[in-house]
Amino acid sequence: MILCSMFDARSLENSKEKLVFSVIILGLVLAPLFLSDFRINLLGKFIAYAILAIGLDLIWGFTGILSLGHGVFFGLGAYCMAMYLKLEAANGKLPDFMSWSGLEGLPWFWKPFSNSIFALVMAILVPSILAFFIGFLTFKNRIRGVYFSILSQALAIIFVTLFIGQQAYTGGTNGLTNYKSILGSALSNGSTKLVLYYISIGILVLVYVFCSVLVKRRLGRILVAIRDGENRVRFSGYNPTTYKIFVYCLSAGIAGLAGAIFVPQVGIISPAEMGIVPSIEMIIWVAIGGRGTLIGAVIGAILVNALKSGISESFPDVWSYFIGLAFIFIVLFMPNGIVGLAKKITRKVSKQALHTNH
Amino acid sequence: MESILQIDNLTVSFDGFKAVNNVNTGIKKGEIRFFIGPNGAGKTTLLDAICGRVKPQSGQVKFLDREVTRYAEHEIVNVGIGRKFQVPSVFTNMTVYENMELAVVKDRSLYSSLFQRLKKEQIERIEDILVTIGLYEKRYNTPTALSHGEKQWLEIGMLLAQEPKLMLLDEPVAGMGRAETDKTGELLKKIAQTCTIVVVEHDMEFVRDYASKVTVLHEGAILDEGSVYDVQNNQKVIDVYLGRGGERDA
Repeated sequence: MILCSMFDARSLENSKEKLVFSVIILGLVLAPLFLSDFRINLLGKFIAYAILAIGLDLIWGFTGILSLGHGVFFGLGAYCMAMYLKLEAANGKLPDFMSWSGLEGLPWFWKPFSNSIFALVMAILVPSILAFFIGFLTFKNRIRGVYFSILSQALAIIFVTLFIGQQAYTGGTNGLTNYKSILGSALSNGSTKLVLYYISIGILVLVYVFCSVLVKRRLGRILVAIRDGENRVRFSGYNPTTYKIFVYCLSAGIAGLAGAIFVPQVGIISPAEMGIVPSIEMIIWVAIGGRGTLIGAVIGAILVNALKSGISESFPDVWSYFIGLAFIFIVLFMPNGIVGLAKKITRKVSKQALHTNH
Repeated sequence: MESILQIDNLTVSFDGFKAVNNVNTGIKKGEIRFFIGPNGAGKTTLLDAICGRVKPQSGQVKFLDREVTRYAEHEIVNVGIGRKFQVPSVFTNMTVYENMELAVVKDRSLYSSLFQRLKKEQIERIEDILVTIGLYEKRYNTPTALSHGEKQWLEIGMLLAQEPKLMLLDEPVAGMGRAETDKTGELLKKIAQTCTIVVVEHDMEFVRDYASKVTVLHEGAILDEGSVYDVQNNQKVIDVYLGRGGERDA
C-alpha cells in the first residue's frame, strides 16, 4: 500500500507540474486580449528569458554546474539573429554602423546571415560549439565547482570586451539595432509583433516538452547523480565528462535560441545583455523559481522579470536592492524556491486532510 | 589457480611521501582478501591505485592479464572492477530502485541513457539483488530514509549490479553493530561465490571470520601475507598493529 502511494506521489507531482505549465501557457495565449501591445511585447521578452532559464536549470539545477556566463550564449544567439535583421534592414547596402566605422564591404562571415534559416541555425549552433570547446577543456581536466563558475564568468568579460572592441563588425557598445522587418513583414506592425509573440510561446512549449522528456529518461537521473555524487557516477562506470559536455552544449544552444527570439521583439542586442550582471540575474531567476524543476525555471524567469519592470517603472533605483535581498532571502529560507515552497505546502495540506479523514 | 589481480612493484607517492611503497601481491580468483594495518599504512591508497583513483608513480596493476594502471576510473569499472568507499556514497535524491537502475546498465553511453530502456533480465537482476541485500521492501524510498547499514548494503548492491569480477570494499562494516556486521559478512560470502573480493578492515573479529588470506601493510609496504592464523602469530605484526588495537579483539 505504502509502496504504491510512494510511486503515485511522483507521477502526481509530474501531472501537477504539467497542469501548472498548461495554466501558464493558457494565460500567455490569452494575455493579448487583456494587455496593451507594450505589455505583450514585454511578456514576449520574458518568454525568451523563460526559455533560457529552462536550459540554465538543466545544467545548474539538475547537473549542479553553476555557469555564470550564460549571457554569452544568449548574446551570441541574439547577435546571429540580429545580423540577419540588420542585413534585411540594410537592403543590400552596407549596414549603417559598418560604413560609420569605415568598412568598405561586408565582412565574409556576415554574408551568409542574410539567410534567415542560416541565422536561426547559427543562433543555436554557435553557442553550442563554443560550449563544447569550453566544456571539453574544463570538464575533461576535472575543473569543477567554483573554479568552473569563475571561468565561466571570465568568459562573459572576454566576450563583452571583444564585442565592444570590434566595433566595425559588432556595432561596439551600441550593439545591433534599428531593424526594419523580419521575413518581409515590418517589425513596427502590430500583427507582426503578435505573430512573434505566439511563435515565442510555441517555442517555449517545445523546449519545455523536449527537456521534460529528456530528464524523464535515464539521462535525467544520471545528471542528478553527477550533481549529488560525481565520484560514485565514475565508479558506476559512467564517464561524467561526456554527460557534462552534452548538457552544457544543450543548455548553451537553448540560450542561443532564446536570444534569437529575444532580438526581433526587443529590437536591440548589445554587449550589456551578455555581461556578468545579466548572467547572474539569470541564475537568480532559476533560484527564485526553484531549481531542479523545469517549471520552477519558467515561473522564476517570468515572475522576476514582471516584478522587475513593475518595480523599476515606479522606483527605478530600488530594483537592484530588491533583487539582491530577494535572492538572499530565497537562499536562506527557501532553498528550493517558489516551487519547493508550493510542494511543501501541498504536502502539509494533504497530510492534514489525511488526518481529519481518519 | 591463476591470479585475477596482479600488483607488481607498485609505488604511489604524494609529494615525495610514499603512501604505497613497492608493493607486490597477487589475488586469486574467488578469494576474500583482507588488507589490514594501522592508520596510514596505505590500505586505502592501495585500493585507490587499483581502481584508478590515484595514478601510481611506478609499477603495474594487471587485471586478468590486462594492464589497467593507466585506465580512467570508468574504464576500470567497465573491465570488471567495482569500488565501494568507506563513507556510503549513494544517490540521495532518487529512490533505492533508481540507484540500482543506474548501476545495472551495461551500456553507459549518452545514447543509451536517452533511448534504451532496461531489459527484462536487468529488472529481474535488480529485484534479485534487492532481495539479497534486504532492501526490496524499501525500493521506492530514497536512501535518506535508510539506516547506515542499509546504505552500505545498497552501495554493495549497486556494485553487485555492475557484475564485477573483482570488488574492492573500504571498511564495509565500520560503524555497524554486531548483527549488521554478521549480515554483511554472510553477504560477502555469498558474493564471493561469483566474484573476488578485497576488503580493507580494522575489525579483527570480522577479519578472522571471513578472510581467506590477509595482507598486512605497514608504512606503505607489505609486512606479512598469509592466513589469518599465520599473520596473527607473526611477532612483527603483533608489534606494529595487533599489539596496539587489534589485541583487544584477540
